[in-house]
Amino acid sequence: MSQSAGSLAVREAAATRESDAIAVERVLAGDRDSYRLLVERYSRYVHRLAYRLTGDEHDAEEVVQEAFLRAYQKLEKFEARSNFGTWVYRIAANYAIDRMRQRQKEESRKETSDPHGLDSGEQDPLAHVADAGPNPERLMHSVQLRKRIQQALNELSHAERTAFVMRHWHGCGIEEIAGVLRSNSSATKNTVFRAVQKLRRALEPFLEAHPQAKALGTER
Amino acid sequence: MKHFTEEELISYREGDAQHEQRISVHVAECAACRAELNRIDAVLKALNEFSVPDPGRDYEQRIWRQIAPRLPQNRVPWRHSWLRARRLGAFGALAATVLAAFSLGRWVRPHSAAVPDSLNAQQVRERVLVVAVGDHLDRSEMILVGLEHAQPAAPGQKAINISAEQRRAEDLLQENRLYRQTAASEGDAGLASVLDELERVLVDIAHSPGEISPAQLQSIQKRIESRGILFKVRVIGKQLEQRPQRQEDAPKAAPQSNSVVRERNKA
Repeated sequence: MSQSAGSLAVREAAATRESDAIAVERVLAGDRDSYRLLVERYSRYVHRLAYRLTGDEHDAEEVVQEAFLRAYQKLEKFEARSNFGTWVYRIAANYAIDRMRQRQKEESRKETSDPHGLDSGEQDPLAHVADAGPNPERLMHSVQLRKRIQQALNELSHAERTAFVMRHWHGCGIEEIAGVLRSNSSATKNTVFRAVQKLRRALEPFLEAHPQAKALGTER
Repeated sequence: MKHFTEEELISYREGDAQHEQRISVHVAECAACRAELNRIDAVLKALNEFSVPDPGRDYEQRIWRQIAPRLPQNRVPWRHSWLRARRLGAFGALAATVLAAFSLGRWVRPHSAAVPDSLNAQQVRERVLVVAVGDHLDRSEMILVGLEHAQPAAPGQKAINISAEQRRAEDLLQENRLYRQTAASEGDAGLASVLDELERVLVDIAHSPGEISPAQLQSIQKRIESRGILFKVRVIGKQLEQRPQRQEDAPKAAPQSNSVVRERNKA
């Protein structure tokens, strides 16, 4: 990034933070509609995290809504010098962890009552194939890889999944992840490592056996 | 040559390695570690295939439409502004003025020769008390309502943060004592009694830790409920609201009718 582009980005970030702080002040002063600006500015960003944490569109939407509702209720605790996006993001991550735990309990109850698992509730993997393109072979590998990734992510613990998603896909710092996991930096680093290690054990054999699938990740 | 562990290479790949420079130099020279790093890299790159579905062009507006009706309508500005020290100072000054007005009134009364003037002074003093106490009761009611509806921030969370309510209760406690003593000295037993009960609840809240367990919250909620304090605060607040109007309607009537006192004493 050039120096001028860098300083422009810094200025833009400062302006965004200032306008966030003004919106927060207005909401606290009773202007509920000012909250709309914050919702519209950050909901897509929070959605990406929520989807990667839950792996389900319906759950992701619920996490986004709940995160903004909770942020509104706790707005008095928000410190103006903080970044509203980061703050609501953290609330979303916390809620997503709770939601995943709740979902796990529901599923284990469901498995007890429906041992054949006829209604697995699994979504159509084709629906979310990224940039599938016209090549049927590529499409098939993409679908298979996606299913494998979904399975591998589901096998991680909630803390491992959260730590991995926040670190790898969202570039969050270890301290920030530690805050969400209510853990310390060293334990959080270890959680990220365990997550990558498990994903590696789950995906590497498939990637070795399907070189075309291996190539998919390098395409973008 | 000492090779780096899987953990060190993963940390390096994720940008968290302690000895980044050393690993970088080593990987450039060591084929085994380079191959291991490439395998880790291939898995992490393959994970890019797990893309997030596009939620739609109007996603932001849709989320707003869904949450807007669920946002509480009555976010009360004072909850934010009253926490500011300057405003608290101003309220303290108001409370002190009320006390001074009452004290002055009591001292001046015996020397006042004109009965109508004395009556007006008493009415003015009472109006000041009514406004100040009404405001105090409103703010106390907010705390009680807040605690009545308090719940953990997330399901399964063990601690509930009531530090905001606790700070407000501390602020209100001293004012409450002032109003209670004033009401008692003015012979307003009903108001004094409700303020006395309110004071006990405020003491409970002010002395609670900032973060409490669901069981502790339940215990506070039970104490509030068993005393019926919220109801009493609302009733007495309502009566205070109506009082200035009655006085304006009947300026020559006694400053406080016995029926009003009786009604309030029931609360």
